[in-house]
Amino acid sequence: MGLLSWLIFIPFFTALAVILTPQPKQIKWVALIGSGIHLLLTAYTAIKLWGVISQETFTADVFAKLYFTEQYDWFKSLGIQYMLGVDGMSMAMVILTSIIIFTGVLASWHVTERPKEFFALLLVLVTGVFGVFLSFDLFLFFMFYEVAVLPMYLLIGVWGTGPKEYSAMKLTLMLMVGSAFILVGLFALYHTSGQGTGVYSFNLNTLASFEYPKSMQAWVFPMIFIGFGILGALYPFHTWSPDGHASAPTAVSMLHAGVLMKLGGYGALRIAVYLLPDGAKEWALFFMGLTTINILYGSFGAIKQKDLKYFTAYSSVSHCGIVLFGVATLNFMGVKGAVLQMFSHGVMTGLFFALIGMVYGRTHTRMIPEMGGLAKVMPWLAVCFYVAGMASLGLPGFSGFIAESHVFIGGFFGNAWNSSVAMQVMTVLATMSIVVTAVYVLRGLGKVFLGPITDSHYLSLTDAGFTEKLTTGILIAVLFLVGVFPQFLIKLIEGSVLPILNRLR
Amino acid sequence: MHDMIAYAWLIPAFPFISFLLIGLGVRLYSQKLAGIIATLSIGASFACALTLAITYFGLAPDAEGLRPTLVPWSFIWVDYMEGLRVNLGILVDPISVLLMVVVTTVSLLVHLYSMGYMKGETGYGRYFTWLNLFTFSMLGLVVAPNIIQTYVFWELVGASSFLLIGYYYERGAAVAASKKAFIVTRFADLGFLLGIILLGYVGYPLYQGSGVEGQLFDYTYLTNPQNITALVGTGFLGISLLLIYMGAAGKSAMFPLHIWLPDAMEGPTPVSALIHAATMVVAGVYLVARLFPLFSTTPDVLEFVSYVGLFTCAFAAIIACTQDDIKRVLAFSTLSQLGYMMFALGLASMDQPLGYVASMFHLFTHAFFKALLFLGAGAIIHAVHSNDIWHMGGLKKLMPVTHLTFLIAVLAISGIWPFAGFFSKDEILLAALQGGKNIHFIGGLLVAGLTAFYMARIYFLSFWGSPRSKGSSHAHEAPLIMLIPLCVLAVLSLVGGWVPFSDYVTIGLTEHQGGHGSSIVPILGSLVAILGLGFSWFVYGRGESARSDAIAAKWGMVFGWIKNKFYMDEVYQFITHQMIFRFVATPIAWFDRNVVDGAVNLTGWLTRRASSIFTLIQTGQAQTYGVWFVVGTGVTLIMLWFTKG
Repeated sequence: MGLLSWLIFIPFFTALAVILTPQPKQIKWVALIGSGIHLLLTAYTAIKLWGVISQETFTADVFAKLYFTEQYDWFKSLGIQYMLGVDGMSMAMVILTSIIIFTGVLASWHVTERPKEFFALLLVLVTGVFGVFLSFDLFLFFMFYEVAVLPMYLLIGVWGTGPKEYSAMKLTLMLMVGSAFILVGLFALYHTSGQGTGVYSFNLNTLASFEYPKSMQAWVFPMIFIGFGILGALYPFHTWSPDGHASAPTAVSMLHAGVLMKLGGYGALRIAVYLLPDGAKEWALFFMGLTTINILYGSFGAIKQKDLKYFTAYSSVSHCGIVLFGVATLNFMGVKGAVLQMFSHGVMTGLFFALIGMVYGRTHTRMIPEMGGLAKVMPWLAVCFYVAGMASLGLPGFSGFIAESHVFIGGFFGNAWNSSVAMQVMTVLATMSIVVTAVYVLRGLGKVFLGPITDSHYLSLTDAGFTEKLTTGILIAVLFLVGVFPQFLIKLIEGSVLPILNRLR
Repeated sequence: MHDMIAYAWLIPAFPFISFLLIGLGVRLYSQKLAGIIATLSIGASFACALTLAITYFGLAPDAEGLRPTLVPWSFIWVDYMEGLRVNLGILVDPISVLLMVVVTTVSLLVHLYSMGYMKGETGYGRYFTWLNLFTFSMLGLVVAPNIIQTYVFWELVGASSFLLIGYYYERGAAVAASKKAFIVTRFADLGFLLGIILLGYVGYPLYQGSGVEGQLFDYTYLTNPQNITALVGTGFLGISLLLIYMGAAGKSAMFPLHIWLPDAMEGPTPVSALIHAATMVVAGVYLVARLFPLFSTTPDVLEFVSYVGLFTCAFAAIIACTQDDIKRVLAFSTLSQLGYMMFALGLASMDQPLGYVASMFHLFTHAFFKALLFLGAGAIIHAVHSNDIWHMGGLKKLMPVTHLTFLIAVLAISGIWPFAGFFSKDEILLAALQGGKNIHFIGGLLVAGLTAFYMARIYFLSFWGSPRSKGSSHAHEAPLIMLIPLCVLAVLSLVGGWVPFSDYVTIGLTEHQGGHGSSIVPILGSLVAILGLGFSWFVYGRGESARSDAIAAKWGMVFGWIKNKFYMDEVYQFITHQMIFRFVATPIAWFDRNVVDGAVNLTGWLTRRASSIFTLIQTGQAQTYGVWFVVGTGVTLIMLWFTKG
């Protein structure tokens, strides 16, 4: 087994170990050790990859340059392979996922209901996520994609709160619709390129070596883009997200908003835009329009939310809008910014949901109007919440600013194929969200944490314990490091974004 | 000594390290130690800044009388793309050195003062952490060698200002004020950001062809004469500068974005002295000055800047005459003085840099006397336990040192010779006169009179007459650690005006026109100041409200408008709550839950309906199936029959 296979299957083996662990108390430790090992391995891979990438110059490549590849035939007659590889973009996503699962396990430290099944499913889910980011055979990619999406149904339906069955059902069904779109799109790619070249293959680079007819791109592109867009909370297909997040348990919300929604942006960029450049050019303005709505609509929607989770979910709709907006700009900076935003939003929203879980565990309510003045009794959590809030409103010094500034500059600079005035107008509109975000973040957090304590029994609440401090500390450190020294991530991503843009030209 | 320029990065580094140190560790173990470390770190910065200033201004100016612009230290921060690389670094030029000195001086004194003022507060360590964060951010802003770094630290000073205004986070008013400050300036920063992006967009094609060293967003690139000409040629420079000015107007609280500054007085008083009087609020002026070579090519924008400045200057001075909260009077006075700086900048051009010099000069002197006023007010509030000037009175004997220093500051801001304000205000008025801007000259003169009036008003009401409340009759002088900063600032307010400023800070052509041009300006200036003081003495000199009440009664309606700050807050309240929240946010939230999500649920419902209809066919009864079989066969036969024909 190669390095990348290990990266995918360590969570799976950990899940097996969890199932075989006899003592319920040991389960979380097993899960933590497994994800800890994974984090170390990820760090090792990242450093190794950085060593290679920082030496290379990327110029005119149109094929994704992959490293540490593993390639085995799987269904040979159909041209399906077990094809793994990693490039800068997928490395960034793997780092993100590894951090989120590690902190997610920490954040689930106090899960007492069926811990065995819970941790096992959580780990199976991330196995799927790692698989998606590392597989470059689209059939394999799709298989892992489904592995990532399906456990969500059980995780929300069993361990959730509120109308959990309804939310789980809605989430799964909507994502399934997306999967159906994607699958049709993938088959269309497979079929068309196979007919054109005589070689039937799901290998991404093989698929990329074929120029698809314009008429075919014109309908396959929106299909795949929307299919992934549903997972990336593309307006108007985002409504699974507020309900889903609100009902999901803490770690699941973290993973879902932090990582799973990124599969949408990743797929849209890696498959839709990369393989179907003409379709992308044709549809760019349309999707920029939709995502502009996403960005503003999500942030305005968040102003009026009463439940902290809905609040964060709408904020996610807005921020994931920035991801897809960046993808749709088809501009080097915009696309780079989209990937950065995936990373940044993943960490930030993971922090948000972790914190909400911690506050909820104390106050037993998530309703913003019912809380007040909590900073007095839980200063650590309040500071962390504000850090997350500041990161989400794009305060420089945190990763959000790096990502958003890339996207906005990219959107304003425009591309060679679409009306630059239209793009600029939409970029200006999207940029306005930085003000609206400030409004909802400060209003919401101000109500919860500042002012006098509204309820006397809040006075007896305690501040974060050790695991909670560790969880939040890790996530904040990442936000901060990326915000202050972003070059590492930018350079990592740059080389993998270039082929996509080169293929557009 | 000469190496100090190379080590200029130490100046912002000290507060940053101390911020991390205190914030993450020390604060939790010893609050007192946190205060000491914070103050020491600023002291180190101050020493460095002073050495830097001596070294730098010791460099011989070139043939044109200008000093070099240096970037002794930088590293690649964000690489957007070729040409848009952003290097975080240190820019050393006359105005950045000037500001470094001002910021570190005031910050050091405020730190010292705070050790006394904040004594016994539960959040003592937190306070110093944020004060350090602010000082770091402000220094980062001052030394920014490119416009993106300016934006970055611009936001950070905004955030630290937010934290410090909301220091008393259990008090609703402080929370609301901090939110307001952040959101209003954020709104302005939207303009700033878009201005930067637009500048980049129009500049980029030129950049590719120009072959000039540096990156597009670098100030050295932007203010390079050759590039300026090219940028002017695009026709978009004016718009982008106007947008950038919007950011500056927000931070420097120009009308109509001024509403956050008076409310910001909810923060602890030393914070008001540091952030909302001496340093952060002048960032907007500084930004315009920094980009002045660009602004000077767009006279329309400059004129706009100038008129907005003049209007704010007068508008705020009028309101200041009616406010009863001592800190709010000072806040409006800050607005008014910032207006002076802005309008002076707007009057300058590369050929006639007097306005520019005057503006920077006023920034320099204002920092000292306004910080002094705030710290003095803080000492009073500390003693009287009230912000209301009608609760004070008779403090002259009880607080002699505060009284003397406050008096110096009042005279300085009123423009009485030989105090600092006299010289800088004089230069501003001179710039207006020389530029042939009569409106500005007369306006500036009248506001100078008003300034003297309202400053003397708070002076008389707090120090003269007899105590009007229990608090003021039991007042006692502040502790030594608070008095030292007062005395230092008093000295600076006294001598600050004698600095041969235009030798150090200037731009463009450097024929010295300042100071000696005409004698009419100082005479007129002093006259209105004395008139203002005198009238104020007539109304308030006895520490009674009888005469002022009579005036207020006579002007009833107008007085009411002024006292309520022309209802600007209510207008904003209406726009945000009644319009945006009510007609945008609420409908969107409703629409999403009911229409968009409704469509999803409708799809689900339709699917279920469809399925329950189709289940009717699957009854499991042979009879039903038989009927369907017969009907189906019949239909098929009929179809065959028709298709055959």
